[in-house]
Amino acid sequence: MSGTGAPVRTQGPPDRQGTLKSLSRPGRGGWSLPALDVPEAPVPPGYARGAPAALPEVAERDLVAHYTRLSQLNYGVDTGVYPLGSCSMKYNPKVSESVAALPGFQRVHPHQPDHTVQGSLELMWRLERALCEITGMARATLQPPAGACGELTGLLIMRAHHTRAGDPRKRVVIPDSAHGTNPASVRLAGYQALPVPSDARGLVDVSALEKLVDEDVAGLMLTNPNTLGLFEEEIQRVTEVIHGVGGLVYYDGANLNAILGRCRPGDMGFDIVHINTHKTFATPHGGGGPGAGPVGVTEALVPFLPVPRVERADDGSFRLESAFPDTIGRMHGFLGNFAILVRAYAYVFLHGRDGLKEVAERSVLNANYLAQLVKGAFPLAVPDMPPMHEFVASARELKEQTGIRAMDVAKRVIDLGYHPSTVYFPLVVEEAMMVEPTETETQETLDAFADALLRAHREAHEDPDLLHQAPLTTPVRRLDEARAARHLALRW
Amino acid sequence: MRFAPHTEDDVARMLEAIGRSSIDQLFEQIPEPVRLDRPLELPEGVSEMEIVADLAALAARNRSADDLVCFAGGGAYDHYVPAVVWALAGRSEFYTSYTPYQPELSQGVLQALFEYQSMICDLTGLEVSNASLYDGATALAEAVNLARTTEGRDRVLVSAGVDRRYVETLRTYGRGAGYEPEVFDVVDGRGGEPQVGDDVACVIVQHPNAYGLLEPARDLFGLAHAGGARAIQVFDPLSLGVLAPPGDLRADIAVAEGQVLGNHLNHGGPYLGVIATRLDDVRRLPGRIVGETVDVDGRTGYVLTLQAREQHIRREKATSNICTNQTLMAVAATVYLGWLGPQGLEELGRRCASKAVYAAGRLAEIPGVEPLFGDAPFFKEFPLRLPRPAAEVRDALVERGYLAGVPLPDADGHALLVAVTERRTREEIDGLAMAMKEVLA
Repeated sequence: MSGTGAPVRTQGPPDRQGTLKSLSRPGRGGWSLPALDVPEAPVPPGYARGAPAALPEVAERDLVAHYTRLSQLNYGVDTGVYPLGSCSMKYNPKVSESVAALPGFQRVHPHQPDHTVQGSLELMWRLERALCEITGMARATLQPPAGACGELTGLLIMRAHHTRAGDPRKRVVIPDSAHGTNPASVRLAGYQALPVPSDARGLVDVSALEKLVDEDVAGLMLTNPNTLGLFEEEIQRVTEVIHGVGGLVYYDGANLNAILGRCRPGDMGFDIVHINTHKTFATPHGGGGPGAGPVGVTEALVPFLPVPRVERADDGSFRLESAFPDTIGRMHGFLGNFAILVRAYAYVFLHGRDGLKEVAERSVLNANYLAQLVKGAFPLAVPDMPPMHEFVASARELKEQTGIRAMDVAKRVIDLGYHPSTVYFPLVVEEAMMVEPTETETQETLDAFADALLRAHREAHEDPDLLHQAPLTTPVRRLDEARAARHLALRW
Repeated sequence: MRFAPHTEDDVARMLEAIGRSSIDQLFEQIPEPVRLDRPLELPEGVSEMEIVADLAALAARNRSADDLVCFAGGGAYDHYVPAVVWALAGRSEFYTSYTPYQPELSQGVLQALFEYQSMICDLTGLEVSNASLYDGATALAEAVNLARTTEGRDRVLVSAGVDRRYVETLRTYGRGAGYEPEVFDVVDGRGGEPQVGDDVACVIVQHPNAYGLLEPARDLFGLAHAGGARAIQVFDPLSLGVLAPPGDLRADIAVAEGQVLGNHLNHGGPYLGVIATRLDDVRRLPGRIVGETVDVDGRTGYVLTLQAREQHIRREKATSNICTNQTLMAVAATVYLGWLGPQGLEELGRRCASKAVYAAGRLAEIPGVEPLFGDAPFFKEFPLRLPRPAAEVRDALVERGYLAGVPLPDADGHALLVAVTERRTREEIDGLAMAMKEVLA
């Protein structure tokens, strides 16, 4: 029995396969433009294009059929549960889409003078205040267009702080379970990554940390709850150790969803915080962006924030201000991903103080409930610590018993109708399955998803070939990734 | 308004199933001293109607290109976005999906990105494109990292004709990477003579440049190559229906602000960072790359490829830290370029160029107004010298319903950069000329 499959279309109409290029015929086109109402001016000699660009030529009708078909091959949150751990793929409110499309936001040019964009600037001001309250920071920049850019922004602020004190320092401490963007950002900021091991409970090993740090350490980056979904109970000791050598502590906001209204990075001793709006505030991820990665800092670090900043005058008007001598500069061509910030604003103020707290509570409840259902088959990486908003289970035992790996389970889950969890992350857990159901799924969905995981586990013993073969119900089956990297075909 | 579906019964049942007596118990790991013992200082949540009213009131306090006739450019342009673009890119199977980690469930986004990469190569005449970066300015910063690591040289020369926001972004990124961009002068708004010593990694030229002017790009890139440096071009994708593409100009790396490809003005973002280069560079290229392959049954399919470059595999040795990029904007760009095709792209370029020439002529008829740099050739944007401070004139024209352009620091602040897209009609251009004449009278 192959299962019914995740709800994506398996194929389009037979006359519309292939790429857009394969539908192209000379002379076709979808474009329309008004007649030229001024004299035609020739391209200045020496600058003209020779042959026209080799773009596809298709009628609008075929363009629409083609991309409609492609969309139907794709699974989104609107399709069903999307329990990718560390990604917080919760429901994206439709109202956030409609307010972001208001012409008063969508049709604003970034070079308009401040007095014509008071609505945008006030929105940014209010959002900045709200994010500072949620994280316990003094001021924030909304400019970074994604979380990883937020990391670099925060690390450049760290660097500017130490440079002003006389020495930029050399290293930034990162737990071995950290997201790969952390070490990559550390290097881009001109630092070396210094890994700190986790203890048996999956938390930062504080005594190892104490031995590791010295005055070459610029700071530490930490996700809390960490990438194992566990709260760093000794967080105050961790921040004290780093502050003890004059370092700064950076909060990676990947898992902020779990603690909204329950505790704040600022109160734990963090100096710099980034937020992934698509994770915490349900801005849609777009198949890989756009995101937004606002960064909050403590009072002492405010002078280093990127420019331009939104400032409020005594008369209540708002302006963009760049005259801050200690700023690290600009992280984006304009103001960042403004239309994403509009969506984040809508989400924050729809929920308000109690609603945000409820988000955290229900996300943790859902994760614990789902973990309870599946941990018999897939033991938790850290069995004696209750998870927060996500949990890391392992298919190691299953692999030892049956040869079936986490990836096989994931592919089987697809045949059983769902998007699987993250697999093989964090790297510190063998055969990791990182599951984050988010707060917007019902108990019934969690039950059904757990049934799919348990069924795959059972089948691994009874009919392992079913898992080796999976998926059988998708538009394509397992793809040859080695071939893709060896025989590069990156364009038509 | 809330989106968590739980009833009180659900919560009670689920707590019971996990052996907990209260929600608070789920948060016991958080040490007492760091728990927040008060509600967040935020308003109570509101209904959907109320948030719509709140945001509509904020939006109403903005002017926009809907009620101001937009001649502003400077890196973002009021090109027409055909209905088809967001009817397709706005399909929720695209916009509510994640980065395609499970390719069997993500063929739609993966194939669209493969088509995007293909069209960027078609457009630029270069061999390889990635699946998007954040925006034009950060794409340039990534291009510089690429040039510096592949060349093993340090210095970065930037033409004074490159958008100053891009140079500021390079300066920020350079603080971490260990370089300071060095700006070389232009002569009458273009050209210049970069001194390309053997420690120079790259020479950056924007064409059309930040004044809108056409650069002697082949010559400048020739100087870069003679010194053994990379030639990086910042280009306007919509100029390439009429202007020679970066590949023909011998640029090694081309980057662009892709907002013009079917993306709305959005007050500055989300936009689209475009980067294209030679195939030799592909293993140093930042960001996601989609490749074509086959599945176990031999069917064609698409996957993220060359992931050994990326942060989740290589960690501190990755080519970039980028993870989330601007996929949805790239999908929009793909639909837009599919709608235009080669002929539409060319017709659109002609309209922009012809209308800009017409507008420059009309505005230069105003007493005291003249081209900032004589008869230097331009594409869709041109700089004027005004008899009064440009910001003042711009503000006065806002009162008359025009966003007349972007003030430049040149000519003691008397310079205005005016952009003309295919959307601007002769009537609107004549109207701007008349209004500016009145304002300056």
